[in-house]
Amino acid sequence: MSRFRNLLLAATGVAALGAIPVATQAQQTQRPQAQSQAQAMQPAAKKTGLGRIAHPDEVKAWDTDVRPDGHGLPPGSGSVKAGEELYQTQCAACHGEFGESAGRWPMLAGGAGSLNREQPEKTIGSFWPYASTAFDYIKRAMPYGNSRSLSDDEVYAITAYVLFLNDLVKEDFTLSKENFLTVKLPNQGTFYDDDRETTERSFWKKEPCMKNCKAEPAKITGRARMLDVTPDSKTGPKVD
Amino acid sequence: MTSKFDDSAQRSRRAFLRGAAATGATAALATKAAAQAAAPGKPDPLITDIQDWNRTLGPGVDAAPYGKPSPFEKHVVRRNVPWLTADAISSINFTPLHELDGVITPNGVCFERHHSGVAEIDPTKHRLMINGLVDKPLIFTMDDLKRMPGRINRPYFLECAANGGMEWRGAQLNGCQFTHGMIHNVWYTGIPLKTLLDEAGVKASGKWIMPEGADSAAMTRSIPIEKAMQDCIVAWGMNGEALRAEQGYPLRIVVPGWEGNMWVKWLRRIEVGDQPWHHREETSKYTDLLADGRSRRFTWIMDAKSVVTNPSPQAPLRHKGPNVLTGLAWSGRGSIRRVDVSVDGGRNWQTARIDGPVSPLSLTRFYIDFDWDGRELLIQSRAMDNTGYVQPTKDELRKVRGTNSIYHNNGIQTWLVRGNGETENVEIS
Repeated sequence: MSRFRNLLLAATGVAALGAIPVATQAQQTQRPQAQSQAQAMQPAAKKTGLGRIAHPDEVKAWDTDVRPDGHGLPPGSGSVKAGEELYQTQCAACHGEFGESAGRWPMLAGGAGSLNREQPEKTIGSFWPYASTAFDYIKRAMPYGNSRSLSDDEVYAITAYVLFLNDLVKEDFTLSKENFLTVKLPNQGTFYDDDRETTERSFWKKEPCMKNCKAEPAKITGRARMLDVTPDSKTGPKVD
Repeated sequence: MTSKFDDSAQRSRRAFLRGAAATGATAALATKAAAQAAAPGKPDPLITDIQDWNRTLGPGVDAAPYGKPSPFEKHVVRRNVPWLTADAISSINFTPLHELDGVITPNGVCFERHHSGVAEIDPTKHRLMINGLVDKPLIFTMDDLKRMPGRINRPYFLECAANGGMEWRGAQLNGCQFTHGMIHNVWYTGIPLKTLLDEAGVKASGKWIMPEGADSAAMTRSIPIEKAMQDCIVAWGMNGEALRAEQGYPLRIVVPGWEGNMWVKWLRRIEVGDQPWHHREETSKYTDLLADGRSRRFTWIMDAKSVVTNPSPQAPLRHKGPNVLTGLAWSGRGSIRRVDVSVDGGRNWQTARIDGPVSPLSLTRFYIDFDWDGRELLIQSRAMDNTGYVQPTKDELRKVRGTNSIYHNNGIQTWLVRGNGETENVEIS
């Protein structure tokens, strides 16, 4: 995009300025209540010519995302064995030697069969629907505080090791771009799209109760104070 | 108990006096009064004595080139709940709702949620890429974006889907800052995302977009193209000034009415794709685990919700007689149509007075002016939006969702106000 063309476009914009205030005023009188969602966005009339074409290397540098269908997986591979060594130095301090978590950092392994219990343990093996999510996330954001420091082979290896910690692959397994889609996570089938508008239809009431809505006076069944977990809880106030 | 709201001022005043005598609160009344005003019949030394600020000069216009709140307001700050997260870098803090009024959240107290701390980005070094299923992958500088036609300003609330997430199993945190403070409401300045997508030319197969952050968490979420084209904004301004660093300076995406996690900060890239990416923040997080062990995904919309901000545990009642009850209501499905308030734990309700703008997908402020006679109160508020959705009770929610879902807890909050004004987060039958 030449600087000259940008200037020309800007000049066209200036020429059109005379017509703008009328529309702007009309818009302002609509704001804020009367304007509907649909009206809120004016369609872009035509191309502005602003911005420039992205260089393929720029897209490659940032577009690292991976999808469940394997789209975005880079060439490479890594073994459980290689992953174990990397995991112990790069991951175990927060996630625990066996993915059990250290402190309050996320658990990565275990928790199978816990999802309908009182204390569900949501790990890659017990909860996550797709292995691609782990690969994508490790590659973009791990290790914590040193993102983007792992090679693609290292990301494959660590992913393989985390799958191994969840008993999803064997000890001698090597994960690669080619065999990635053979790995299925056990909980994939239990996710379903938002259905609140049908399953919670009863929350759309025409006219809620206003008088004598409960037969009995309300009784207190739980109190935050009993737990005493609020930061800097203070004693009661003085009232005049 | 609701009848108290309907009392004439005179009747209420008498009720207050009876209440004061009955509880023997006269002594406390006198002690407190000394700090605030003259004892009855005596002149107030704050008036009769010359105070320092009556006599001396204050700082000049150059003392604070960027102004801060009065030092007497230094308690009005965001607060963290340290036990919630492993560290303070990948963590959350809370807006002090009980100290604010109106509908706009001041920039400095808008709650923060980061996954890798606050990225510090020189705006001249920031780039926004649009790529994927587009005719032309494009790169924009901040200057480019600010030259785009069609700049808009809109007020929207941003609520974290986990707001109230600590309360699923019962009353836990004592203060609306902690139970409801993962929300803020500001004016955004920017351009419709549609403008940028049109500039790049979305291919017919482009059904989803994925915003991505430039921080070291490189946050990503999948958003349907319809929403992206409808009302999403690429914003660089909040409340008339540049975004705060902790809110994504220099650029963030605004996804009105939808959960805050999708409003990617430090926005550096938008990819267009033909299916969702199922990334970490939309699979392992921000999915709603139900009692049967199955999970809802893509629960983007924030349902109607409200909370009484005053009184609340951090803002107890301090006076009998006239008091102002106030709170906030909002809905990710539209605008607030009505807010009802109960002081007897939901047996009887009264419609609150709304003041200020009632703007879709934005906070709405409500009030009830009342006289308090020292009686114990169980205060609740109930929001209704213009789709007919009525904010459910916590028990109604638990019946459908169980207690493991973490996200989207929009149940009715109950505050217990005791005879001494102390206010507590409680659950009721």
